Amino acid sequence: MGRKLLLEHIDVPGIQTYDVYRNHGGYRSVEKALKTMSPQEVVEEVQKSALKGRGGAGFPTGMKWSFLAKPEGVPRYLVCNADESEPGTFKDRYLMEKIPHLLIEGMITSSYALGANTSHIYIRGEYMFVLDILEKAIAEAYANGWLGKNILGSGYDLDLYVSPGGGAYICGEETALLESLEGKRGNPRMKPPFPAVKGLFGCPTVVNNVESIAAVVPIINIGAEEYLKIGTEKSSGTKLISASGNLVRPGVYEIELGLSVEEFIYGDEWCRGIANGKKIKACIPGGSSVPILPHNLITKTATGETRYMSYESLSDGGFASGSMLGSGGFIVFDEDQCIVRNTWNFARFYAHESCGQCSPCREGTGWMEKVLYRLEHGQGNMRDIDLLEQINKKIEGNTICPLGDAAAWPVAAAIRHFREEFEWHVTNPQEALTRNYGLKKVAETL
Amino acid sequence: MVKVTIDDVVIEVEPGTTILNAARQAGGDIVPPAMCYYSKLEGSGGKCRTCLVEVAAGSEKDPRPMPKLVASCSTPVMDGMIVKNKTSERVHENRGAVTEFLLINHPLDCPVCDQAGECKLQDLAFEHGSSKTRYEEPRRTHEPIDIGNTIKLNQDRCILCYRCVYVGNQLCDSRVHGVMHRGEHAEISTYIENSIDNDFSGNMIDVCPVGALTDKTFRFKSRVWFLKPMNASCECTKCGGNAVVWMFGNQIYRVTARKDEYGEVQTIDGKTAWICNECRYDKKEVSKWNIEGPMKVDKHSVISQGHYDKPNPLNDSTKNLK
Repeated sequence: MGRKLLLEHIDVPGIQTYDVYRNHGGYRSVEKALKTMSPQEVVEEVQKSALKGRGGAGFPTGMKWSFLAKPEGVPRYLVCNADESEPGTFKDRYLMEKIPHLLIEGMITSSYALGANTSHIYIRGEYMFVLDILEKAIAEAYANGWLGKNILGSGYDLDLYVSPGGGAYICGEETALLESLEGKRGNPRMKPPFPAVKGLFGCPTVVNNVESIAAVVPIINIGAEEYLKIGTEKSSGTKLISASGNLVRPGVYEIELGLSVEEFIYGDEWCRGIANGKKIKACIPGGSSVPILPHNLITKTATGETRYMSYESLSDGGFASGSMLGSGGFIVFDEDQCIVRNTWNFARFYAHESCGQCSPCREGTGWMEKVLYRLEHGQGNMRDIDLLEQINKKIEGNTICPLGDAAAWPVAAAIRHFREEFEWHVTNPQEALTRNYGLKKVAETL
Repeated sequence: MVKVTIDDVVIEVEPGTTILNAARQAGGDIVPPAMCYYSKLEGSGGKCRTCLVEVAAGSEKDPRPMPKLVASCSTPVMDGMIVKNKTSERVHENRGAVTEFLLINHPLDCPVCDQAGECKLQDLAFEHGSSKTRYEEPRRTHEPIDIGNTIKLNQDRCILCYRCVYVGNQLCDSRVHGVMHRGEHAEISTYIENSIDNDFSGNMIDVCPVGALTDKTFRFKSRVWFLKPMNASCECTKCGGNAVVWMFGNQIYRVTARKDEYGEVQTIDGKTAWICNECRYDKKEVSKWNIEGPMKVDKHSVISQGHYDKPNPLNDSTKNLK
């Protein structure tokens, strides 16, 4: 049984309410931080814990905090990015829905560390019911003196707001999120300046994922040294994984980083294998924008070593034979799934969600979607496959924000690992409309 | 002052200058093309990605190259930075790709487009475009609409540079048009047709790099290269009254602001010489203008053909042939 830090009390009845949460050790980190630690000490503790951002990019949270500019007389903001819209990722929703006070506790401790007196939670519009849960929890926190003026008599004031977005994927990009929070069209900003220097309303701002902020709570409670013992050397702590696809038991799991992928897919405690006794065909380990892995590269790396659920092991082999941990959206495909159709589906998503600001992403995502539509519907030809490869090479790295990369990577990886399946769609258009390619020729089965 | 090398040209510029502006200070063909950046409009730039350049060395202190190509219009120079523009194969390749992206949904209706001859996209396509298209899907189309009583919007030709949006924000009392929808469905539009009604709205036409926004008083009247642009001035209380009148014989066909070599409105006496709508649309008689003399036109521009250059370029090329 792996150690649980975030979801330890998730099954306690009524943990959504303040009293139950408090009785199970809630708000201890706030007490500890405000009474015994200086803000700088909290930042250092998080830096020592080597916590990596849980939103997808895996940038060290402590380092992000240390970049925050601190000019005199200018307010600073902490913004929680709850605009979780990556296909295959639903961990933040689970966390906020089941144990909202954990996020609020993390927000108070983190805001204290950063010296922010106003903090925002930006939540996606589709999570309207979660907004109500959070609002209720915030009201309880205010009523019990954890928010507002002079918290715990320490002289520290904090106001916390929840703002719903309109449900755009692009608003999960931190600068687009800030634009949206300011009430403007959610277009990503040019960087530099980074939000740490010029963010919300032109003031220094830190934007963190829900899970990163929640992870601050156990780090302060147990201390960075204890936290470092969990997980692997380069990936400390625990991570929420949203497992979906053709699994016996999909759902949100908290794992210690460093669990083997095989154990996670087939272990009794976790996903319990592929549903209906089928064989695994492919897996996307970190949300739709990371490269797909064919089944011979899921549990073993290209060099034959065991693959683990950690930042470094999943990206072993680079994009040629590896992938990324990303946001932890673990999507599994069985032998009946069509990779071309799935790639088209993702391309359609990115074409729909591109903000349309910079030309490679605006035109390129739409183009890829149309070409993939033709391939999937039996109207493609061989040069389309090469064309796709060339388009995504021209989008990748040439855009303002990472959405262009996120749109290009899954297409590039699907062609890299499943080129034969694309070609089969071209050579057998009629058959491709009626049945799936299956596992034929895709390396040897497990 | 910081020292920066762009394509083997060393220049010293003020700290905080962007790579593009540093290149413009040096001038010549090391200047990257810019479709969306407009130095007179605050906040513009970064969107079209045609000005991408390669940074071979970040700075004196940290000489590592930057992994990605950077937008030269928004990346500030550092001391000792080495930038590659026309000397970089990667830049050339990616600029071609951006040109292709900008053209896949473009109607290519240059023969009937009023912007032809002074269109930035035409220049870009001439230099970096391919003669064939790989785009086999139907192009997206829109009906041209009136966004003001003097401005026609042809959304098909728009490259979404956002320049006219910044004009609405920064020159007009209030902005009544903007970008609607998302991704490839994004378009410039107004909620109510004909709603743009402001004394300086005509400058949207001048800043538009393509033929998306055109002057309704000039549409389909003449090709620009048949007209003779003359610098002219008038007494105007709203604007400086410094403009260019485009003449055919003794007749004024249209009035535009004075532009520099990068297609941007010039700065005259420390002020950006935007012109008001009265000067632009209502003064089409020669008697209302004090004509100063012919406008300087780049000799490579189609507009200069047959107007100013004494030696015919044809003669030069025949000399080279022998």
